[in-house]
Amino acid sequence: MELPLASAMVMIPLAGALICGLFPGEKSPWIGMAASLLTFFCAGVLAYALWTGGPMTESLGGWGAPLGIELYVDGLAAILIVMTSLVGVATSLYSVGYFKGHYRGFYWSLWLVVWAAINGVFLSSDLFNIYVCLEVMGLGSVALIALAGPHALRAAMRYLLVTLCGSFFYLLGVALLYSRWGVLDLQILSTMVEPSLSADVALGVMILGLALKTALLPLHFWLPSAHANAPAPVSAVLSGLVVKASFVVILRLWHGVFGTLDKDDLVVVLAILGAIAIVWGSVQAVRQTRIKMLVAYSTIAQLGYLFLAMLPASREGGEAAWHGIGYFALSHGCAKGAMFLAAGAIAVSLGQDTFDEMRGRGLKLALPIIAFTLGGISLIGLPPSGGYIAKWLLLTGASATGMVWVAAVIQLGGLLAAAYVFKVVVYAFISPGEEREVESVGPIPWTMTAAALALAVAPIALGLIAIFPLELLDIGLPFGLGLPEGVEP
Amino acid sequence: MNPTFWLPLAVVLSSMVPGLLIFILREDQVRARTALNLGGAFLKLGLIAVMLFGVYRGQVYETRFEVMPGFDLVLEATALPMFFVVLSGVLWLITTIYAIGYLDLDHAWRRSRFFGFFSVCVSATTAIALAGNLFSFVIFYELLTLATYPLVVHSGTDEAMRAGKIYLAYTLTGGAILMVAVVWLHAIVGPFDFQEGGVLMDYDEEYGWLFVPIFLMLLTGLGVKAAIVPLHSWLPTAMVAPAPVSALLHAVAVVKAGAYGIIRVVYDVFGIHYVDQLGMGHVLVAVATVTIIYGSLKALAQENLKQRLAFSTVSQVSYIMLGVGLIGPIASIGGIVHLVHQGLMKITLFFCAGNIAETLGLKNISDLNGIGRRLPLTMAAFTIASLGMIGVPPLAGFVTKWYLGMGALEVGQPWVIVVLMISGALNAAYFLPIVYAAYFKEAVKPWPRDVREGRLETRPTLVWTTVSTALLVVMAGVFAAAPLSPVAWIEIVLARIYP
Repeated sequence: MELPLASAMVMIPLAGALICGLFPGEKSPWIGMAASLLTFFCAGVLAYALWTGGPMTESLGGWGAPLGIELYVDGLAAILIVMTSLVGVATSLYSVGYFKGHYRGFYWSLWLVVWAAINGVFLSSDLFNIYVCLEVMGLGSVALIALAGPHALRAAMRYLLVTLCGSFFYLLGVALLYSRWGVLDLQILSTMVEPSLSADVALGVMILGLALKTALLPLHFWLPSAHANAPAPVSAVLSGLVVKASFVVILRLWHGVFGTLDKDDLVVVLAILGAIAIVWGSVQAVRQTRIKMLVAYSTIAQLGYLFLAMLPASREGGEAAWHGIGYFALSHGCAKGAMFLAAGAIAVSLGQDTFDEMRGRGLKLALPIIAFTLGGISLIGLPPSGGYIAKWLLLTGASATGMVWVAAVIQLGGLLAAAYVFKVVVYAFISPGEEREVESVGPIPWTMTAAALALAVAPIALGLIAIFPLELLDIGLPFGLGLPEGVEP
Repeated sequence: MNPTFWLPLAVVLSSMVPGLLIFILREDQVRARTALNLGGAFLKLGLIAVMLFGVYRGQVYETRFEVMPGFDLVLEATALPMFFVVLSGVLWLITTIYAIGYLDLDHAWRRSRFFGFFSVCVSATTAIALAGNLFSFVIFYELLTLATYPLVVHSGTDEAMRAGKIYLAYTLTGGAILMVAVVWLHAIVGPFDFQEGGVLMDYDEEYGWLFVPIFLMLLTGLGVKAAIVPLHSWLPTAMVAPAPVSALLHAVAVVKAGAYGIIRVVYDVFGIHYVDQLGMGHVLVAVATVTIIYGSLKALAQENLKQRLAFSTVSQVSYIMLGVGLIGPIASIGGIVHLVHQGLMKITLFFCAGNIAETLGLKNISDLNGIGRRLPLTMAAFTIASLGMIGVPPLAGFVTKWYLGMGALEVGQPWVIVVLMISGALNAAYFLPIVYAAYFKEAVKPWPRDVREGRLETRPTLVWTTVSTALLVVMAGVFAAAPLSPVAWIEIVLARIYP
């Protein structure tokens, strides 16, 4: 019997959210935790099923495309689903300690809904379904940001406008495509769409909307305040997962629906913006005086890599960079999640997260700083880490296509990342001196430390066992590579 | 269980696992820490001895895991890696003993952190030695950068933090350039292992024009750690680290990792004959010559003893590049064997500097008048190592210079001998005044501090480790012709490259 694994990835968190909504009191953390673990387990089973059985299609209620809703699992979806559940479980564990008393019921319901929506984006195989999931994800995120309290309201409002605006552009493209070809299913559309004006316009507005949601420079303006002011576990989800979801939609459109269009100019524009984002975002990160702001700007820079790498990837010989992009998204999700969780733990302990407060207290904050460092190693791209493997693949693509400037920007971004990561790490080593009492450090709930450390191990592990995720990534050929003549994916 | 598969991994883990265990010890668990440190060091030496015996009989040990499709993490024990592995194993044991005494004396804080990173650092060095391809080499090379940083900034003072920043800026930039070069090479050739005689010759017709820039990038990336001028500035700054760290940095770990990397690239990636064909041998010789002279001149101008030793390292490590770049069997012996000889001499000198600073509180050269009577064994060791550096027979440094000089004559570049003579004269100019002042000038008492334990001049661990490395300097020179001496081992290695 076929298990409905793909729908379970959406249904389990959704059911968890519902039950948490019914019991918003003391019990909600335990319900939320149980739903998280169950989702995590199912993600593992899903990846295993893909590994052994190849790509899967699931029709909800037995109605297939073009009428019903279809879920499609390939390698790209699977590794991102696994990443989401890794970050998700860690975030849930962290939240048990982080949300003590206040907002508990709201938080767990909202967070599980957002989780379900993220999984939905990764798995959906039709344009409208993706729209619905993106919208649920966006609105849920707005509410989660607002949970931080009055000071986060501005950022939450701004994020609300941005996410609605992005969805609007995306929906515009969907409408264009639907009016021209009358289908919404990705696979069917990819065989029908031909180069034409409406296809070009649809591509343009959809990429615009999604780039806004993915915070590609210069559409990044909303990200730092939203990600830095949200509660720490929410920041981890926003920076690690939510922005990846909209990027994956770009990848799906790129290789699927718009696979036949000429995108040579567009990719150059995206790559240049990505390159500027890497340098500008990193420099801004180095200049920050608060840890969470630093990590937020680093997200802008890291997202730049995803766009920059599309240039060598779409040239002949540089296909390795597609794998690099997938692996980059994977390891950045885990690393960034760990870094935000660690930054949140430091903030909880000190009462705020400025570097000034940390001076002389590094020893007391050793565990969060270790978690931050491990995530940072992956961001810098030092081995052994997933970030290193990803950069190896990106550089392979860049050098195979002779794009020296791409390689230079990739490595420069790594060095700038070292500058801002070590800005935090040094506090573990500075001698305490006498000016401050070391004892004045608040306790950190153990679940928070444990979650941050556990998640921080993931990007390091990704550097040692890259063979499994990379082979998994190839299943179903999400990047349309290596297809023999005339064979359908 | 297949020992030929697991042994190289075991050698690396024998220092890594104790290191990780030490991290979780409390500060006051001194015995457990010492037991882990020494247990690991002796276990490592034992495993190395087994492996050395096997390699001598022609056995090849290889650990191999696939990390990325096509790319394996390889630890492979053949003759050349064993040369570096033995050096790191022996000197780690000695330095650990030294460090235990040293940290007890003055720097008794965060010792668990110190020894933890110390062990990780040595594990990374061993893994660099054993790395069987460039992919693995780069991984461990970067790991070494990370593991060394906490040791450089150990004291946590502003000066140390600044040195750490400079250290990272140089080494990470070097690492970034190295990575681009390595990836580029793999994009052209595909995954490959180190191979005696090199692998790139076959691709010459199609890609020959690309190999020159790639070689220069590799040289830059590795040259940062090997401290070739003008990429050397981090090394003198990093001497704010505790003495055992400086000793390890200068003798085994960081600078040697760079020099060893250059050796591997020249012999096992490009192939010595192909390097010659590309004309890169001349580049190596030119860079080495400039570095040797410049380092010595700068050393002469230093007033702080450890600074002077640091610039002396800059100069001496380039002997290795010089020997490799001359491209001839005899010069190569001189170059590669200096990997060990320089390590023995420099570690002795840094131990001495540490003894002087910890026992008497003296750091500047002008304060060293008359300390020969107060620290007889330390200064005897210092004298031996200095004479070795200058190249006085029958010490280790002489053997190096002999082979380098003969090698230069063999390949028809007699001017190199002039360089060696100038360098020797400069070495004498910056080492001998210290020796003279220590023995023949009046002491200016009282010294800032005076530590004495029992009848010895200072802590026994500090004295005996220093004396033993000095003895190794003598033995490496006197028994250079004996079987299993460093020179003899290198002859085995090179016999297959220069038939």
